[in-house]
Amino acid sequence: MSNVIRIANGQGFWGDSIDAPVNLINDGPIDYLTLDYLAEVTLSIMQRQKLKHPEAGYARDFVDLIDRVLPDLVSKNVKVISNAGGVNPEACRDALLKIAKAKGINIKIGIIKGDNIYDELDNFTANGVDFKNLESGEDFDSIKDEVYSANVYIDSFCIARALDEGAQIVLAGRVSDPGLALGPAIHEFGWKSNEIDLIAAGTLAGHITECGAQCTGGNYTRWNEVEDLANIGYPIIEMYENGEFIITKHDGTGGLVNRQTVSEQILYEMGDPSHYISPDVCVDFTSFDLVDLGENRVKLSNIKGLEATPTYKVSISYFAGYKASGQLTISGPDALKKAELVAALIWKRLENAGCIYEDKSTEFLGISSCHGDINSIPKQINEVVLRLGVKDNDKDKVNRFGKEIAPVITNGPPGVTGFAGGRPKAQEIVAYWPTLIPKNLIKTDVDVN
Amino acid sequence: MKIELKKIAHARSGDKGPNSNVGLLFRHPEVYNWARKIITSTVVKSHFGSVVKGDVRRYEMDNLWALNFILGDSLGGGGSESLLNDAQGKTHGQALLLMEVDFPENLEVFINE
Repeated sequence: MSNVIRIANGQGFWGDSIDAPVNLINDGPIDYLTLDYLAEVTLSIMQRQKLKHPEAGYARDFVDLIDRVLPDLVSKNVKVISNAGGVNPEACRDALLKIAKAKGINIKIGIIKGDNIYDELDNFTANGVDFKNLESGEDFDSIKDEVYSANVYIDSFCIARALDEGAQIVLAGRVSDPGLALGPAIHEFGWKSNEIDLIAAGTLAGHITECGAQCTGGNYTRWNEVEDLANIGYPIIEMYENGEFIITKHDGTGGLVNRQTVSEQILYEMGDPSHYISPDVCVDFTSFDLVDLGENRVKLSNIKGLEATPTYKVSISYFAGYKASGQLTISGPDALKKAELVAALIWKRLENAGCIYEDKSTEFLGISSCHGDINSIPKQINEVVLRLGVKDNDKDKVNRFGKEIAPVITNGPPGVTGFAGGRPKAQEIVAYWPTLIPKNLIKTDVDVN
Repeated sequence: MKIELKKIAHARSGDKGPNSNVGLLFRHPEVYNWARKIITSTVVKSHFGSVVKGDVRRYEMDNLWALNFILGDSLGGGGSESLLNDAQGKTHGQALLLMEVDFPENLEVFINE
């Protein structure tokens, strides 16, 4: 082991702790800070914001964060890698430069281009790309006219290129989540795309840290063994040039890093573990060794990669109708029986009104909403939350559902409450269409100011 | 003796499109070697009952002492299309830990270890 770099992750998703990245910068040494803001359908929200306002379409939270930490980033020379650029990294950079200027700070910001193929979809289909659904095999034609956004999970070498050109902040759109951590390692150590075991190691490291505190004691089975969850430390990768790495967190923070907290996260959202496909490599998650070094340090080594696939994954989002859900709390004697009656009443009344839905759901929170009938139902239940939902292409019909919830408080059984926040309204369903595109059709570019 | 998996295993779950996955992790290789013979995809499918509408697939990870289960069609469509409270299968791991198994006497030393 020789050179080492410290790559932290302070944001596992848009909506994660806003203080975690600040604490990572202030509580100890790090070289890189990675921040993930994009879930599968986030880009569709951004795409629509951009259609309304050409200067929108990125994660505003990220700009607020940089406003808080910019002087410290510069004085400590911490580099930031984020996908906060969304569908408009140029506008995000402009917003950041404005903040920097106001603080009298000069900063180099690199943006990654080429992932957003929304405007080129027709071109690609005309040239024979079928965009068939990767999971269901359905034809793209069935949703072609409803598409909200289309982004390619591009490779991580473009992140390294932006860093090579001196960027202190790298703003991407749709790169892979693990790529945010792999990119800095490629830049620092000069790893080549054909050094597949090294690329696999960086990808595994990024996979472990991509969900923030889920590898440092968050969402952990033995939650009662985790100390000081209130001050949970977010993860840090100590990456070595030879591809071995250690998962840890800052000294003095809460949480827990051990064999099980890291292993649980390795299993998170896992498909076939012997073929974890990223844009850069295919990782064999059954290959490596994991050693608990104690004191919140876990070492991973001997990671094996397989050659990358010839295609990139594409994340397409599309309009798929409307949905609404509403809930009521039912309490007192025979709470569950009364809740079942309330559900039956509401469905019957909607049927009387001519509303039959494409899909509907009836759930009893506190009883069976998460685990169905796996658990036996306790004899004495003090209260139960009834949650109803509907889905349909007809927006009016979905809104009609929202009007049928409150009346049962006065015209149904007793002990019904918890109707707050007004009538549930129809919400657009933005569905996710995973597909593939040949790599040679995608041209990525890096632009550092 | 009959025990629930929570006494010998860890679990974490999440979504994979319309399916969920549950990683089931053991703390000792001896327990893992017993589990990979006993906790089959059939047993898991039957435990989840109406929650899992599709097939269950199982993968082994000897290096982590872990089994990975893919629970087919378990999210009411998944993502934003789902009407379910747990549209992402975040709680399916906890459900698997409630499964009761016949645990062999020679491994009882590992219970709650």
